[in-house]
Amino acid sequence: MAFQEKRAWIMLGTTAGTYLAYLAIVLAGAAGGPLTAAPYAPALLWTVGVSIITTAALLTAAAFAAPEDADVRDVRDREIGRSGTHLGRWSVVLGAAGALVLAMAEADHFWIANAIYLAFTLSSLIGSATRIVGHRRGRPAW
Amino acid sequence: MKPTRVTNSIRALRAAHGPMTQADLAQRLGVTRQTVIAIEQGRYSPSLEVAFQIARVFGVPLDDVFQYPRGEGEPS
Repeated sequence: MAFQEKRAWIMLGTTAGTYLAYLAIVLAGAAGGPLTAAPYAPALLWTVGVSIITTAALLTAAAFAAPEDADVRDVRDREIGRSGTHLGRWSVVLGAAGALVLAMAEADHFWIANAIYLAFTLSSLIGSATRIVGHRRGRPAW
Repeated sequence: MKPTRVTNSIRALRAAHGPMTQADLAQRLGVTRQTVIAIEQGRYSPSLEVAFQIARVFGVPLDDVFQYPRGEGEPS
């Protein structure tokens, strides 16, 4: 497996895992009450931090396991990477637009922050999934 | 599903040259072995520059490495 595919799998796993953990913490914090009352900010910051540290640790482990492939990137890897970035960007655009609408509607900070966090999470998941498909099945001929 | 209609003879050319391994070819092209595998299996169309480099490694014209099927109604 190419190192860039391993990187995509690691990103996919850590992003999905930490976001699910965040949702569980927030739902538990709400304790059946309104979600907007849940202390979401510390959970959000912690899960983002854990995601970054876990990703870095797993990438380092992958590099040590196969040092000859570590962070090798050729023209195909770059093309696949661009496809992932391109598709993932859409969720950030939609999330930013959603957050804008929520702000103009004077929604609670909870919903605005969570719309943005969800957008970044979806961007990472879509980008990683696109890269994995690109490595496994190839990119479509445009 | 193969994302390209381009076919190639890289596997046969490798066998005729040594045989040359996928890793050897990848090293000479400056790409990863996974990229050579993807090209051989028709999962990836290389850039024109890489295509010419492959032909040069085997010392053959581009047409001997890559083929594109003729469509219906196209002049022969």
